[in-house]
Amino acid sequence: MAKQIDLLERQRRLAWFLIVPAVFVVFLVIGYPLIQVLLYSVLKYKLDGVTPASFVGLSNYLFILTDPDFWLAVQNTLIFSVCSVTLECVLGLAVALVANSKFKGRSILRVAILIPWAIPTVVSSKIWAWMFNDIYGVVNVLLINFHLISQKIAFLATPATALPVIIAVDVWKTTPFMALLLLAGLGLIPGDLYEAASIDGASKIRQFFSLTLPLVMPTLLVALIFRTLDALRVFDIFYVMVGGQGNMATMAIYNQQWLVSFLDAGIGSAASVIILVIIMVFVVLYTRFSKTSFE
Amino acid sequence: MLLKKSFTRRNALHLVGSVLAASLIAHTGFGAGVTLRFASDSSGTGGAFIKALCDEWSQKTGNKVEIISRPQDATATLQQYQQYWAAKSGDVDVYQIDVIWQSIAGPHAVDLKKYFKADEISQHFPRIIDNNTVNGKLVSIPWFTDAGTLYYRTDLLEKYGYKEPPKTWEELAEMAKKIQDGERKAGKPDFQGFVFQGKASESVTCNALEWVYSYGGGVIIEPDKKVTINNPNAIKALDTARSWVGSISPAGVVTYGEEEARNVWQAGNAAFMRNWPYAYALGQDPKSAVAGKFDVTVLPKGGDNGKNAACLGGWNLMVSGYSKNPDAAADLVKYLDSADAQKKRAIDLSLLPTLPALYADPEVLAKNPWFKNMVEVFKNAVARPSTVTGADYNQISTAFFQNVNKVLTGGESGKDAVQQVERVGKRLVR
Repeated sequence: MAKQIDLLERQRRLAWFLIVPAVFVVFLVIGYPLIQVLLYSVLKYKLDGVTPASFVGLSNYLFILTDPDFWLAVQNTLIFSVCSVTLECVLGLAVALVANSKFKGRSILRVAILIPWAIPTVVSSKIWAWMFNDIYGVVNVLLINFHLISQKIAFLATPATALPVIIAVDVWKTTPFMALLLLAGLGLIPGDLYEAASIDGASKIRQFFSLTLPLVMPTLLVALIFRTLDALRVFDIFYVMVGGQGNMATMAIYNQQWLVSFLDAGIGSAASVIILVIIMVFVVLYTRFSKTSFE
Repeated sequence: MLLKKSFTRRNALHLVGSVLAASLIAHTGFGAGVTLRFASDSSGTGGAFIKALCDEWSQKTGNKVEIISRPQDATATLQQYQQYWAAKSGDVDVYQIDVIWQSIAGPHAVDLKKYFKADEISQHFPRIIDNNTVNGKLVSIPWFTDAGTLYYRTDLLEKYGYKEPPKTWEELAEMAKKIQDGERKAGKPDFQGFVFQGKASESVTCNALEWVYSYGGGVIIEPDKKVTINNPNAIKALDTARSWVGSISPAGVVTYGEEEARNVWQAGNAAFMRNWPYAYALGQDPKSAVAGKFDVTVLPKGGDNGKNAACLGGWNLMVSGYSKNPDAAADLVKYLDSADAQKKRAIDLSLLPTLPALYADPEVLAKNPWFKNMVEVFKNAVARPSTVTGADYNQISTAFFQNVNKVLTGGESGKDAVQQVERVGKRLVR
């Protein structure tokens, strides 16, 4: 009996011993920066290497939460995220279904759809920005030549046109990623299920809604989480395509501006914490939803 | 399998050994030669010119210079530099810095008075030296100076019956409209009356400061720390600029930086352009559509009672306080900034020297006759409120350029914009 407890104790110790490196690494790469950010967020702290830091309590948070620019950035980010992720999901699923069916040249197509995803975002955003230029952009030239518009449009000049353009570019870029993830999910569905369904006389549409969609749902949900979190942190497309336009900032751009442009680690860190909380809300919502749908 | 493994391991050890040996040789082998890293322009004709100068210096001294490419956009450049400075990094020895960054860069710079003699310093424009001296420390030495300039098409002015360039913004708008209408009718649907920099960045800060100042609206925050932007003249200036967008200027001008404006201009698609002097040499290039068809002058006044204004720009050379080889770095700076180098720059690149003597130099004037007028422009030059705001300049400039950009896109009235800028200004210079 005593021996057994001893063994259990040893096992337990071994477990701790084995887990310590992992805990240490997690603390180092996640815990430490997080604590640092929380600490900075209650300081007045300029990163100019001259001004000493001082404690200011929650006034950084108060400043951001009463700053209309911040709420505009939140609004832009949410519109962008909801629109782009929805479109990417629908189109990604469509592309995945096509790529999953058997036809000649399927492998070439699978490679081809990945090209937009493979181009660095900064590069593709800049190319798109040129294509949407108001004077020499190809989009305007085409629209004029096909007599769809009579006057060239400055797409990136105002939020009313710039936001849809940016969403479109993101959809162009990220749909392949969605498609690839969903293709993997589709590959896991056994083919005999469809055979059985056909014998039972289920139409193709019925098969999609009763078989494909529910079975690909877990993959879809994972892809959704990935994309939503990615979209909420969007920086590069906006930064390249509309630069510093105040009314076109996203949460990440707002954050970057305070931290990098103004070298204000206090307000910058507080903004990071607020953004973290907003993103956490989405994470909690998704995990809740995935629990209820799978249990 | 086992054999293979041990072989690869031995190979790896060999590799590590030889890399170590090589790095040891590299450290001892080159002896006195140091490698300096210089953050500057690396692209285009300007970049090639700088590289050639650095190579000359390398050959003379046996040291090496590595040019680190800075972003084209000034705002982005400062952001990059600030990261080096915040980290107290010795990775860059020499920086090319803007006139407005002197207070920000001050704490991270070597005092160049240690390396430049008083009479060498006094050869430069005294106002730029004043600007670059922060708390008695000469943060950087002027390299070339810049001022907002009006470019106009001499051929088109003549074609539409104008004898001289516009004196006021009102005149400019009228002329631009007439030329634009005429040219568009003549089969150039993309022709624009006036292009400038409306992009939400430091570029529009310069443009808008010129408008506001020319209408008598001050310089946002005056040297005595009074925040003056909220005044009727400033509002009039911004509303006037708003009226150009979509009429004499393309709607997309609100996304234009210097290069976007120049692209339109140099393709022969604009009657007027506001830009820096660098666009002159490029415009006179034989491949340019406007070569020999344009001239430059002072920007117009705001109304008959207004003033001429030219936003003071320009680049300077700074030695990093964190450099491991400050003596060599200062020597490179001296070489790049010599009267000969400045003269060659003025002739080859039409960049404005910071040595007043060169504006009377016959060789320089033979290539750039318009330099004569620029001495006068500099008397009207307007400095941005960077000294009074110090390290917070970025915040006031960002508030200003974002709100001006909003006015230009029609998202805000001039009146609301100046109130927003005033609010930020008052928070900064309490």
